[in-house]
Amino acid sequence: MPTVKDVCRHVRSKNAGPFWVTFDLFFDGEASFAKYAEAPALGPQLFERLFGADPAFVQRYPVASLNMVKISYARTEPQGGMVERDMHRGQQYVRLLDVELD
Amino acid sequence: MEDGPVRILVPVGSLGAGVREEELRYGLAQGAQAIATDAGSTDSGAAYLALGKSKNDRSSVKRDLALLMKAGAEAGIPVIVGTCGQAGGDRNLDWTRDIALEIAAELGLKPKIALLYSEQDKAVLKAKNAAGKIRPLPPLGPLDDATIEACDHIVAAMGAEPYIAALREGADLILGGRTTDTAVIGCFALWRGAHAAATWHAAKVAECGAQCTVNTGDGAGVLISIGAEGFEVEPLSASNRCSPHSVSAHMLYENSNPFRLTEPGGVLDVTESIYTAVDERTVRVTGSRWEPQPYTMKLEGAAAGRFQTIMLIGIQDPEVLSRLDEFHDKLLHALYQRTRRTIGEAAGDFHISLRLYGWNAVSGDTPAPGTPAPREVGVLFIATADTQAMATQIANTCNAYFFHFPLVRDKELPSYGFAFTPAEVERGPIYEFKLNHVVETEDPLELVRTTWIDLSEEGTAHADR
Repeated sequence: MPTVKDVCRHVRSKNAGPFWVTFDLFFDGEASFAKYAEAPALGPQLFERLFGADPAFVQRYPVASLNMVKISYARTEPQGGMVERDMHRGQQYVRLLDVELD
Repeated sequence: MEDGPVRILVPVGSLGAGVREEELRYGLAQGAQAIATDAGSTDSGAAYLALGKSKNDRSSVKRDLALLMKAGAEAGIPVIVGTCGQAGGDRNLDWTRDIALEIAAELGLKPKIALLYSEQDKAVLKAKNAAGKIRPLPPLGPLDDATIEACDHIVAAMGAEPYIAALREGADLILGGRTTDTAVIGCFALWRGAHAAATWHAAKVAECGAQCTVNTGDGAGVLISIGAEGFEVEPLSASNRCSPHSVSAHMLYENSNPFRLTEPGGVLDVTESIYTAVDERTVRVTGSRWEPQPYTMKLEGAAAGRFQTIMLIGIQDPEVLSRLDEFHDKLLHALYQRTRRTIGEAAGDFHISLRLYGWNAVSGDTPAPGTPAPREVGVLFIATADTQAMATQIANTCNAYFFHFPLVRDKELPSYGFAFTPAEVERGPIYEFKLNHVVETEDPLELVRTTWIDLSEEGTAHADR
């Protein structure tokens, strides 16, 4: 069963302002994009399970011209707050890499 | 609009990050009509707005600003800097103003300087809120007065209009408070009547300087040329290039929606944008759309919260390393118990966190069973309390437990590795952003104050208006 890192050439995460986190998944080509950009395995429940996100605040935007999908969720704790572990959220993508897609 | 494209030199992603003189020369030789850059971002956290201080150090900002002011004066074109001093509050802007005045005196420059302030008065915002003129952006809810009151500083992100007003008055140097990055870079072209959608899109592409190029490590800036139907972008470094992919991918950067970008007076929509290579280093973009909307400004408010004191140890003990989750839970429990028994009620609503660097400090999750033990881990202790003194008292109370906590009871007490004495470090308060709201304004200048310092006049007359 392929994982995210099997079908993506690059995955990254970053703040999108102080209240949102955004993930960019660049697929390894058109075929993978077509097959996985809308995969249920990358749905709101994944972000609820991995990051405690509210599924109502998970947004997904496939960008066909770049063979990528952008997925954003609202932070559950404020940036820089008492329990902050990753101010820029730049390391959060790592937990997506082994997610199984089928 | 006037004949030919409007050319804007964006020298660097953020003032202080390292402007390159040869790139300025190239951009000016290509006919740049203005130099524009932002000087901040919310990305590094709320401390810079709450404290009114810059993230970039003074000498780096002075170096970059001096190069820009000199280039602007020599070419006779305006220099435009937004979100001064990292957060764009009044204190951040005044800090930048003082640097500019120092540079002008040292270089013998006499610019007409416009200062655009967008820090907000709490009473004004409460009145706006009561009138239903402030609304939340997800995920936050409606604003209450207590939240406004809790902020140390509040800024409203300006659009292009205050900058256009300053350009119209003949400003040579504009230093702005908090502004959308795009408005800083796009204001000159909008003033010259350039295509609105192309301008906003060009400004978004150029906001981080060379970030939109193929080799982001080669050079610092870009040149944008905005024409009647679209725009072109090229790197300022001769050895770098832009590709349709590098330019289109930048719309993704630090943006929750890759197609639509909300600005104070409208929305940029790039869904139908077409990116084509003009030559090997220049990209043309057409097909962007601009949808005017009622004018709103985004509010950012920052506040200092409770206080933290930290301690750090390193562990190499193989027994502990093979049972890290168990060690974490036992130690944390012991530290809470120790604090409650020793300090009691006086500790208030305190919090203790242990972060195991080398194991799960960044994720906070539990590694899968069978995950190999690391060679060593660093354990960060964080006490949070209502005062700095109490956070430190908790740290001191936990000190012996934290440095000598045994995994099993009946052995000699271990001593974990620590590097400092005294062991505790007072970290100061937590800083958080409190607002994610927009305010409707009567007009784009309603919540902005413009002050002039005209060094071209005799002496240094200050003409406020």
